[in-house]
Amino acid sequence: MKNSLIEPQENPSQGSDILNASFKRRSFLQYAGAGLAGVALIAAGCKKEQVSHDMGEGVDLGSGDIGILNYAYALEQLEAAFYAAVIQNPYANMPANELALLTDIRDHELAHREFFKAALSTKAIPALEVNFSSINFSSRDSVLGTAKVFEDLGVSAYNGAGKLIQSKEYLLLAGKIVSVEARHAALIRDLLENGSFANSEVIDMNGLDKARTPKEVLTMAQSFIKTTINASSLPS
Amino acid sequence: MNIVNILEEIEKVDAEVYERLNPRRAAMKQFFNFGSKVAVAAVPLALGSMFKKAYGQTSTAVAVEEVLNFALTLEYLEYYFYQKGADTAGLIPAGSPAVGAINTIRDHEQAHVNLLKTAITGLGKTPVAFTAGQFDYTAKGTFPTVFSNYPTFLAVAQAFEDTGVRAYKGQAGNLIGTPGVLQTALQIHSVEARHASHIRQMRKAPAGGGVSALKPWITGANDSGVPQVDPVYKGEDNLIQGGVNITSLGFSTNASTEAFDEPLTMAEVKAIAGLFIR
Repeated sequence: MKNSLIEPQENPSQGSDILNASFKRRSFLQYAGAGLAGVALIAAGCKKEQVSHDMGEGVDLGSGDIGILNYAYALEQLEAAFYAAVIQNPYANMPANELALLTDIRDHELAHREFFKAALSTKAIPALEVNFSSINFSSRDSVLGTAKVFEDLGVSAYNGAGKLIQSKEYLLLAGKIVSVEARHAALIRDLLENGSFANSEVIDMNGLDKARTPKEVLTMAQSFIKTTINASSLPS
Repeated sequence: MNIVNILEEIEKVDAEVYERLNPRRAAMKQFFNFGSKVAVAAVPLALGSMFKKAYGQTSTAVAVEEVLNFALTLEYLEYYFYQKGADTAGLIPAGSPAVGAINTIRDHEQAHVNLLKTAITGLGKTPVAFTAGQFDYTAKGTFPTVFSNYPTFLAVAQAFEDTGVRAYKGQAGNLIGTPGVLQTALQIHSVEARHASHIRQMRKAPAGGGVSALKPWITGANDSGVPQVDPVYKGEDNLIQGGVNITSLGFSTNASTEAFDEPLTMAEVKAIAGLFIR
């Protein structure tokens, strides 16, 4: 890629064992088990880096295409943390096929998150703190209901952000991810209610999926994110 | 540098070059006047600018129309396919959830057809028109039982949906100058992905063929179990995204390919769709 944003990782070994490293973190176990109000989301390499930001301003996503990529990175952080917790602490009697599918989705979201982190490099926002206190991880309805919200929200976020992207390459990358999110959304919906993969809740009379602005998306997502996100510099 | 020679060369590949330049007579005049004042080294630059003026806007308009008519062709292909499937007695198991699912998908494709027709007409262009009879869903005999064998019907449906996802993805970049059209295309794109996800689940069910290894997402190059549709999945095993090898981040090859859907070019999609057009 021509843009200097995408450059080789400064420390390629950093993310080499991200899956295992992440799940060994005591903090994951803590919040998965005890339902803490909010726990630091551990980034690649599992450094115990404390999110340090001005509470008054929040984490600034930045402007232009970098801002949009950071916006996507923030959403992927949220989804990855959620599914990591789901798999860490599966709901009661989770059938094998659901465990396999949800594990796949976890891996996809982690891959998205780690991709954005690597691609954004020094321009990446820090790890966000999530707040999953409203989710009952031992309840299938709560977990899948939340998954449905996150996946539909993710699809609408990418659909709304596409026109804000200036670079063809980044637009294509967003396109590569959004259809995978839509596949997730449809599957989660079918697990909850077979045949609801693209019902009128999400698809309008013109056969169109939802598209939401970053402001709309972040307003909906903020209750699950402890860190304040500042999207004021994003293109609109 | 001889401007006349250049124009004659262009005329060989674009007979309308003089007409294109004609409305821009002011630009031509400006260019020729330039000649006496501008150093010879700067002439190619000025020439490029002149042709950009002549071709720039029209080429954008053509691109959008071309993308939309391309999309409309695919939507017709899908719509008539599901319509025929729904109308074929005994194909889709009666009383099963499959009936509702196929109807839902058909209705979306029909809505896409109508929306795209309106959009193209709105641009002052002519939408392509297809009738059901113009499509050959056996793909010239490759799938002879497409409307008599339910698993085959679903296998072809999966190929159509995954092709649709890849087709819209491949055209997004061509719509970057028309934000409204781009967003609409993206809103269709994710619907096709939802369809693909569900069709893949339907194929896993015993009645749908029991393709148990199939997932709602695309694993590697052609996970469909149907070698005849290899071109539909060409390149889906890509591991490099934006210069980053996803497996180097600690993910399995399968997860790395599943996490990112890949585009197809317009030519690749047309080659696939062409198999189904008489």
